[in-house]
Amino acid sequence: MDKVVLKLDDLEVMANKEDTILQAALDHGIYIPHLCYHPDLKPFGGCRLCVVEIEGRGLTISCKAPVEEGIAVRTEGPEIDKMRRVAAELLIVNHYSECLQCARNTDCKLQDIAAYIGIEEGRLQRLKRTARDLPLDDSNPFFIRDPNKCVLCGICVRTCEEINGVGAIDFAFRGLDTRISTLKDKPIVESRCESCGECVVRCPVGALVPQNMRKPEREVKSICPYCGTGCGIYLGIRGDKIVSARGDRDSVVNKGQLCVKGRFGYHFVNHPDRLTTPLIKRNGVFVEATWDEALDLVTAKFKEAQEKYGPEALAGLSSARVTNEENYLFQKLLRSLGTNSVDHCARL
Amino acid sequence: MEARQVLSPSKKGKLIPMLQQIQERFGYLPEEEMVKVAQLCGVTESKVFGAASFYAQFRFTPIGRNRVMVCRGTACHVQGAPQIMETIERELSIKEGQTTPDLEYTLESVACIGCCALAPCIMINNKDVHGRLTPQKVTEIFATPKREAQDAS
Amino acid sequence: MPVKTVLLGQGTCCISAGAKQISAALREEIARLDLAGTVQVKHTGCRGFSQIDPVVIIEPEGLLYSEVKVDDAPEIARSLLPQGQPIERLFYRDPVTDRAIPHHRDITFYNNQQRTVLKNCGYIDPEEIDDYLAVGGYQALRKVLSEMTPEQVIDAVKRSGLRGLGGAGFPAGRKWEACRRASRESRVESRESGRETPDSRLQTPDSYVVCNADEGDPGAFQDRSVLEGDPHSVVEGMIIAGYAVGATKGYVYVRAEYPLAVKRLGIAIAEARERGFLGENVLGNGFGFDIEIFQGAGAFVCGESTALTLSLEGARGMPKPLPRPRTTEVGLWGRPTLLNNVKTFANIRWIINKGAEWFASQGTEKSKGTAIFSLTGKITNCGLIEVPMGITLREIIFDIGGGVPGGRTFKAVQTGGPSGGVLPEGLLGTPIDFDSLTAAGSMMGSGGMVVVDEDTCMVDLARYFLDFTQKESCGQCSLCRLGSVQMLEILNAITEGNGRIEDIDLLIELGESVKIGSICGLGQSAPNPVLSTIRYFREEYESHILEKKCPARVCKGLISYIIVSDKCKACMICLRKCPVEAIKGGKNEVHVIDQDNCTRCGVCLSVCPERFGAVEIIPGREVKIHG
Ligand SMILES: Cc1cc2nc3c(=O)[nH]c(=O)nc-3n(C[C@H](O)[C@H](O)[C@H](O)COP(=O)(O)O)c2cc1C
Ligand code: SF4
Ligand code: SF4
Ligand code: FES
Ligand code: FES
Repeated sequence: MDKVVLKLDDLEVMANKEDTILQAALDHGIYIPHLCYHPDLKPFGGCRLCVVEIEGRGLTISCKAPVEEGIAVRTEGPEIDKMRRVAAELLIVNHYSECLQCARNTDCKLQDIAAYIGIEEGRLQRLKRTARDLPLDDSNPFFIRDPNKCVLCGICVRTCEEINGVGAIDFAFRGLDTRISTLKDKPIVESRCESCGECVVRCPVGALVPQNMRKPEREVKSICPYCGTGCGIYLGIRGDKIVSARGDRDSVVNKGQLCVKGRFGYHFVNHPDRLTTPLIKRNGVFVEATWDEALDLVTAKFKEAQEKYGPEALAGLSSARVTNEENYLFQKLLRSLGTNSVDHCARL
Repeated sequence: MEARQVLSPSKKGKLIPMLQQIQERFGYLPEEEMVKVAQLCGVTESKVFGAASFYAQFRFTPIGRNRVMVCRGTACHVQGAPQIMETIERELSIKEGQTTPDLEYTLESVACIGCCALAPCIMINNKDVHGRLTPQKVTEIFATPKREAQDAS
Repeated sequence: MPVKTVLLGQGTCCISAGAKQISAALREEIARLDLAGTVQVKHTGCRGFSQIDPVVIIEPEGLLYSEVKVDDAPEIARSLLPQGQPIERLFYRDPVTDRAIPHHRDITFYNNQQRTVLKNCGYIDPEEIDDYLAVGGYQALRKVLSEMTPEQVIDAVKRSGLRGLGGAGFPAGRKWEACRRASRESRVESRESGRETPDSRLQTPDSYVVCNADEGDPGAFQDRSVLEGDPHSVVEGMIIAGYAVGATKGYVYVRAEYPLAVKRLGIAIAEARERGFLGENVLGNGFGFDIEIFQGAGAFVCGESTALTLSLEGARGMPKPLPRPRTTEVGLWGRPTLLNNVKTFANIRWIINKGAEWFASQGTEKSKGTAIFSLTGKITNCGLIEVPMGITLREIIFDIGGGVPGGRTFKAVQTGGPSGGVLPEGLLGTPIDFDSLTAAGSMMGSGGMVVVDEDTCMVDLARYFLDFTQKESCGQCSLCRLGSVQMLEILNAITEGNGRIEDIDLLIELGESVKIGSICGLGQSAPNPVLSTIRYFREEYESHILEKKCPARVCKGLISYIIVSDKCKACMICLRKCPVEAIKGGKNEVHVIDQDNCTRCGVCLSVCPERFGAVEIIPGREVKIHG
């Protein structure tokens, strides 16, 4: 890939020719405040926070401006600071203010920006709170939309369109009334939304959050159990319970994306109706058994059938929902028993 | 910088003219019609609504039988248009952008009616212009029985 | 052969003043007097002097009758008889000298102007292509197609010095040149990718010409007047532009609120097509070009070039942030697109017919040609004017406009609409050109020119414009969407009497940030009316904040209505009309307004008989009841 050399403040850095100034800066550990930029999406340029100065050319937004050989970029300066501070203050006074009650507390891009800029109470008090009181949309069983927290970065809109090709939501109205909306601003469940939650993970603030969100203590890397695609997944754990799931950005299979089942469908793990021990039917009734009992029974029945009708009489049905490795082992097992009849549930 | 992405002048270009035709027919944009437009233009419903709600021309609720448009142009403003708007709001007991419950009147504002020499002015039903208004004259226009108001000029 | 021609203005302004009914009555009378053979009645666009509409002009004498009523029709018809006499009572009276002026050429409003673009408005029938041809219409197109290469056309436009109306007054010729270059590149691209077939050019053009007739400034009506009065001049300019830049398709983006302009433009396009000026083979020259009308749906921001193209593409008109390619390179449907204003296109035929040098000889060093303004507000002669660049504001306002009426004093003039600024008395010597107006804190822009007098509150005027722009903000960028609302809230507080002195500096800080940080011209210029009123009328802000008074007696929170006891005749009129029953008094008892209940709706003032004039407005809320 072609490289160019440019100056970011006092640092000389080498960047990919296709990169924007913001990408180059972030790659080199230089933070430039940004709200509407997302690495997976086309730049939008609305929040205006990522403004920088290219020496000799004036201000530009770094999320859209491409790197160029030999340019010198300033990420701070009197004009930038003044404008960026005002922009951030305006966003903050127009935003829901009870951070402690927000599910995204400590994991919020607006908080990062406030921290970077350093908010002065006195300056904020000069401004009128323009935040409105719009109704929540909790129609979707998996996530909540809170327009009062929305900063109109458009990330959800672009995600839905560019990544998923669904287009359930778009900007609607204009001026201060601008909001993210479905047709006629109806509840999201009545739209063509597929509940994949891709927008929820990308929303930089608390405007899109999972229902009953609880923060995990730690994460465990795994593979999504739902289908044969094999999406990489991180399960969030609290105590011994799964409380979240997110896509693994490093997985070559899904590059961080998940579908509605993988992202939100982990509750079955702790569901009271879920079978946690094998059941054996005795006298027409299922009764709980240990794994040893169950496996012994299966072995006995296999043997019986094999002896009576020959190994061809055996067949194994695996599942599309287990991993490749497990399926591999399963067919090995059946072949070692002398049968080639191996199939899986999706063909039933 | 993004590369040139050449699009063919597609069905999408008919989106706004289609919405204008629908509004011409129904007086507003019914939901089912917007869904149809989405199908015809090959875009999602949210895009149709996003575009429609962007433009001042489009309405999503039925309109009254008489459309009162108060000029909010600069000439009218400096000659007292705000008082005219207020008086009409009081006379009809509705706010700008609303329709009376009996669907008799819809009250709107427009950028400039184009007769700044007559400022402040209002236009009723896209044809009758009333100019050089005062709160008193406004009261008289709306005091006449409703059916006649649209014919008075 | 008709001996006399009666010209009847039928612009939107004329019609709203009753011109349609007059025309019908006049035609009827003329028929009745059997004059149809010698008198021709011609409908034209507006002559621009809206103040005295409806106007009837009798040629060849050049008589002008002003403020004509339907009942005047019989008399006018009789005056057209061979022995008929001019009707003195309908002559225009100069408001300053009170002299009756029979001929339009002697009216100061007209004779201080220099009409080029507006030359035919009011003279020709906009719905008759033959009228346009009779005044040399489409000669420029013929010349271009038969004698000039596209490069020569572009060169002529460049040499003329014609500049556009957008913020910086961008030279039209350079824009055309850039578009031609991009258009050729795009054609090569198409050919190489095999997209082009010999006859597909009209269906998927390589590039487009778009005429911006969105005219979003709520105080400007020049584009409308040109389209209503001389639509062919715009069509001709667009065809020439298409030839020059290599486009085969044109759009006119016109506001839907201009039904008459849409109708007349539609007729003009159809006529031009019929006569072979538009179509696949213009004038048999092998060059194909056609024009379509697109009606804008009401969004000021769609005047901005990228928003306008998005709107044509059926999307929200959200301007595209820089850095991005120019519209001349990547415009409508991703193709090179030439976007110019109505006036720019209407100028082209003059540049071709009379020569670039002739055009460049007019105006000033850097601003060539003429400027058109919609002169309104507190002005004696309200209307549309065209003046040479370089003329001063004072000449416009006092010589053409006749100054402020009603014995009031001039206070300021606002140019450029919501994006412009106000200029006080001291700057009336400013010459009209792109750079001087910008340096003074305003701009040429839309051509709106609103004169205000001592009865106009500058804080309220700034609030008015900001209220407009914040509603029109497309909503995508944080500073414009939220900053303009924040500034509006502050101005609301000041006009309601809740301002703090620090608010003035806060307005400046917010305004400057919004200017630097917004994506498009709307946000970048939205603070101009506020910043310029603070710059020139800071003391008015201070009176509102410190003294709690609105000196111009406009802001409702900072004025009082009072009844002057000496003048009150206790007639009970206002007492009965007050919607909140705030007026106390009786049959023989002088009336008094209860200030606590008064909502300052102004009904009492408008109903108090003029001969009494007992109701007055005073600045401030400290109440002097027996004033
Ligand atoms: C917010 C905004 C509104 C505008 N409105 C108009 C308009 O109503 N009419 C117009 O001709 N140009 C308008 N412009 C300027 C256009 O973007 C563009 O510069 C112009 O049409 C180019 O034509 P010209 O160079 O021939 O003047 C507007 C610009 C902005 C930023
Ligand atoms: S909901 Fe979130 S992602 Fe969507 S626009 Fe609002 S802040 Fe951005
Ligand atoms: S400046 Fe205002 S109108 Fe322009 S892009 Fe930004 S939000 Fe939209
Ligand atoms: S991150 Fe660049 S404008 Fe928002
Ligand atoms: S400002 Fe009201 S008609 Fe123009």
